[in-house]
Amino acid sequence: MKPIPPDSVGLVTPARLRFAEPLALASGGVLADYELVYETYGTLNAEASNAVLVCHALSGSHHVAGYHSADDKRPGWWEHHVGPGKSLDTRKFFVVACNNLGSCFGSTGPASINPASGRAFGPEFPMVTVGDWVASQARLADRLGIRKWAAVVGGSLGGMQALQWAIDYPDRVAHTVIIAAAPKLTAQNIAFNEVARQAILTDPDFYEGRFYDHATEPRRGLRIARMLGHITYLSDDIMREKFGRGLRGGKLNFDYQVAFEVESYLRHQADSFVGRFDANTYLLMTKALDYFDPAGLTDGDLAKALAPVKADTLVIAFTSDWRFAPARSREIVKALHDNDLNVSYAEINASHGHDAFLMRIPRYVDIFTAYMDRVFAGRSS
Amino acid sequence: MIPARIDFRIIGDWIQPGSRVLDLGCGDGSLLAYLAESKGASGYGLEIDETHVEECVRRGVNVIQTDLDAGLSEFDERSFDYVVLSLTLQAVRYPDRLLREMLRVGTEGIVTFPNFGHWRTRWQLGVLGRMPVSTALPHEWYNTPNIHLCTLRDFARLCEREQIEVLESQVVDHAHRQRLAQRLLPNLFGEIALYRFRRARLS
Repeated sequence: MKPIPPDSVGLVTPARLRFAEPLALASGGVLADYELVYETYGTLNAEASNAVLVCHALSGSHHVAGYHSADDKRPGWWEHHVGPGKSLDTRKFFVVACNNLGSCFGSTGPASINPASGRAFGPEFPMVTVGDWVASQARLADRLGIRKWAAVVGGSLGGMQALQWAIDYPDRVAHTVIIAAAPKLTAQNIAFNEVARQAILTDPDFYEGRFYDHATEPRRGLRIARMLGHITYLSDDIMREKFGRGLRGGKLNFDYQVAFEVESYLRHQADSFVGRFDANTYLLMTKALDYFDPAGLTDGDLAKALAPVKADTLVIAFTSDWRFAPARSREIVKALHDNDLNVSYAEINASHGHDAFLMRIPRYVDIFTAYMDRVFAGRSS
Repeated sequence: MIPARIDFRIIGDWIQPGSRVLDLGCGDGSLLAYLAESKGASGYGLEIDETHVEECVRRGVNVIQTDLDAGLSEFDERSFDYVVLSLTLQAVRYPDRLLREMLRVGTEGIVTFPNFGHWRTRWQLGVLGRMPVSTALPHEWYNTPNIHLCTLRDFARLCEREQIEVLESQVVDHAHRQRLAQRLLPNLFGEIALYRFRRARLS
């Protein structure tokens, strides 16, 4: 084990809170009670004015920064951005990261035991939306004594949550940072999600979502879903740069084993996903993405949907992101300035595709840090 | 605080307090910051350069990273009181189109540009036979971003052709000072021109 770098938050322990009050969901369903798992870094100040909520993306979790044990090979998923001296400087901010409901990393989800039946929820777990997550996170904020977030930030699906926070709780969000997101999915986005879901749903080991009872899981479906996802997270350019037509063994084998480097990459991504991620959660998360559309309630008028927003916003997009292209971020920017709200927009030159939001790209780090410095300077407002 | 540049002060004097301003090619955001502080103005800057974008974010100026040559289609009609184009007109691909766009999204437009009719420019081109290089136009012909240079007279003619009514104009030198000669013969002695204009009312 290498020593933990000094700019890391270090060893962290997730916390867990139980909410015994029923949560009414957008689907019409109700979660009678639920648990949320979260991590915090830094210290909440006496006025509780330095709290920042980090929202995670499709396959993310509450483990944003630091290490769970000295033997951890890898830190949290946003280690580049969260820690002492980083964009979300934990010497200044109290950073909170919450695992979304329906996830498989500790918050109540399909693999949790349904108290009504005594067995795993499986397909009985209600569908959750971005709005439901925000409502559940608001209760977490209450319990943590945070009336108003200095900022709510997130990338991809996490960026959508940040936007939803600003719409649903305008008085509880001073700033939002929305990274590599979109105001809604396109037909193409939904199509990719549907192929991923079909891979899972048609896997014989899916058992209508009851695979837990059969001591198995739809590995094939989940692997294909993850491979497909990874193709859309990378750009054509970065795939050419990383893999090209490179051959794993230096020659063609004339069989169906791995020949090209890119195949090896996808298989590796798929293998590391299975066993770590729950197939029912994958279905739920992709549906939450598909359903996200704040303007759906305002006849497609996004500016009208964002009319309640009071927060100042930084929107960041990446040039090579075709999953949530810069033009989609610009729709959010336009709707915000149509409402005369304070908004800035940066388009970062990056070849990494959608995954860029997870990377340490100097220009991205600089803009994000500059904005968070302003957030900290003006945090009483 | 550093005393404001005279072009900033002229623009500040031109705009009404509490105005909504769109600054095209806003650079490091210093004009918008000045107008916010001195006039209570609000609005957005558009800027293509990422270093400038970061400077704007750092100083708390709303900035949208974009290419002006792509137009202002994101902005609705009459969404600003003023649209400002400061020392950028000469660097855009279609100055005439951009002027029309400015008066679509704003009630009034304010433009500043380096005057190609300045005597030193004329001397370098007319007598020395070389493309002019000056403090206001520091680039060589082969590396200049300034692809659409004009004189005060040229600009006035374009305004006429585009049915743009000039409301006010001034000239300053490259250090943003004003001298008597500039007032008397602006197209010869003015290095930087400032115009405030609106769409001409059809009579």
